[in-house]
Amino acid sequence: MKLITAIIKPFKLDDVRQAVADIGVQGVTVTEVQGFGRQRGHTELYRGAEYRVDFLPKTKIELAVDDSIAEQVIEAITNVARTGKIGDGKIFVIDLEQAVRIRTGETGVEAV
Amino acid sequence: MKIPLATSRVLTYLWSVALTAFMLFGAELTLAQDAPVTDEAAVALEAAQEEADAAPAEEAAAEAEEEPTLDSGDTAWMLTATVLVLFMTIPGLALFYGGMVRSKNILSTLMQCFAITGLMTVLWTVYGYSLAFDTTGMEAGVLNFKSFVGGFDRFMLSGLTIDSLSGTIPEALFITFQMTFAIITPALIVGAFAERMKFSALLVFMALWFTVCYAPMVHMVWSGDGALMWDWGVLDFAGGTVVHINAGIAGLVAALVIGKRQGYGQTIMAPHNLTLSMIGAAMLWVGWFGFNAGSAVAADTSAGMAMLVTQICTGTAALAWMFGEWISHGKPSLLGIISGAVAGLVAITPAAGTVGPAGALVIGILAGAICFIASTKVKRALGYDDSLDVFGVHAVGGIVGAILTGVFAFPSLGGVWEPTEGATIASQVWVQIKSVLFTIVYTGVLSYVLLKIVDVIIGLRVTPEQEEEGLDLALHDERGYNL
Repeated sequence: MKLITAIIKPFKLDDVRQAVADIGVQGVTVTEVQGFGRQRGHTELYRGAEYRVDFLPKTKIELAVDDSIAEQVIEAITNVARTGKIGDGKIFVIDLEQAVRIRTGETGVEAV
Repeated sequence: MKIPLATSRVLTYLWSVALTAFMLFGAELTLAQDAPVTDEAAVALEAAQEEADAAPAEEAAAEAEEEPTLDSGDTAWMLTATVLVLFMTIPGLALFYGGMVRSKNILSTLMQCFAITGLMTVLWTVYGYSLAFDTTGMEAGVLNFKSFVGGFDRFMLSGLTIDSLSGTIPEALFITFQMTFAIITPALIVGAFAERMKFSALLVFMALWFTVCYAPMVHMVWSGDGALMWDWGVLDFAGGTVVHINAGIAGLVAALVIGKRQGYGQTIMAPHNLTLSMIGAAMLWVGWFGFNAGSAVAADTSAGMAMLVTQICTGTAALAWMFGEWISHGKPSLLGIISGAVAGLVAITPAAGTVGPAGALVIGILAGAICFIASTKVKRALGYDDSLDVFGVHAVGGIVGAILTGVFAFPSLGGVWEPTEGATIASQVWVQIKSVLFTIVYTGVLSYVLLKIVDVIIGLRVTPEQEEEGLDLALHDERGYNL
């Protein structure tokens, strides 16, 4: 199993959700996050007071998937979330040791 | 409220009064004129009476003057105007300011405006109205202690009955109308020390400031013959000196005495909700018609013109600030345009009732542009932390308006004022400048003294921990947003 963490532009969330659902992913966890990368922040100006905002709002999606579809999911997210402009985000993949469905106690691939 | 000497209107009224009296041989009259009868009017009255050549007319006219009767039209408008002016403070000004502070301080800002509303209501009732409008011992052209502040003859509104009239409206209504001005003026100052003043210190300071700075200023400008600035002949229709310069200077002094917010200039102190500020500014704009057109204290031509010029100046100043920002920073902003609107409202306040539409346009352009520069460039250059620009908008806008009133009130420049005898633009502008300077020095010095007194007794500022936590939780045990 793999745990895939994707940091994407917030407005791409619906497209990504649809794309991974089409592949057969049963569930995702979504968090609103802030951070910085190569995309620079922006400045805000209030009555002459200029503020530099370094952390930009992004959306973090976490999905636990079977190894067999991991590459497909990564490819789908990459395709859908891409705008070609700086700030499209990143995908991190790590091996997932175990998963448990709390209601039934199922473990492993059955649980994701 | 200073009522301009609309001589032609007075003449028309007196003519019709004299003629009607002559025809009806002293039948009951209603004199729909609330202005104090002036020398000019008295001369006109004599002329009218000579022409009419009728003793009954003279008697009737004299009687009608001594006992003005209630005008239901004037009263209806003033009831409405009073409500509008209260609406300016709560919720208008409260929201305007509340949106501009950080989210941890919104309730404290709303709370300060609301508490001031209650406090000033009580103080105005107990002695404020008396200090402001008690005119015993005053005489035109005579400078004495009563030229500066009224006495206690109207303590606890003594002498007020259900039948008491102030001009053509019930005195109870006039008291309430003026009370709403006494509420908004101290509330304006709140913006200068937002996010860091102790609530207890605020209440004590506001009570003292109302007593020492506000009520005497009202008295000096509006209470009539014998009052300092009234006798100078200052034109201040709705409160350029009394309300805006007064509050704006007090705000600057307070910001300087209390000091900058922690992290000012380093950390982000962006407004947390400009939607609230826009709603508040729009409420101020609407309510200001009560403030300016209501200052005619009548439903008359003066009120109508005050309303028109208020709208013109506000729209113009909003655009002026917006374009100023667009040119100097590259983008127009909502905070900019609403700040410009308030600057325009402030600047037209002394001028409403005397300037015409063209004057309002010019005042609007200048107020928007100058207040923009004062609140952005000048403030940054000088480094003081007037959190919500009480000085940059109210003092600067008030000064621009007060001085330009002396220019554009003249009929030759589109004004609707009937210049007093011998008045020239230069002489009137000097009167305006003199009044502005007096206000700045008077309120500047006394506000400083009062702040120092409160600082010694109670301490003006919250602790650094409380400031960091936010005043909502630290002082009120509540949070604005439980999301």
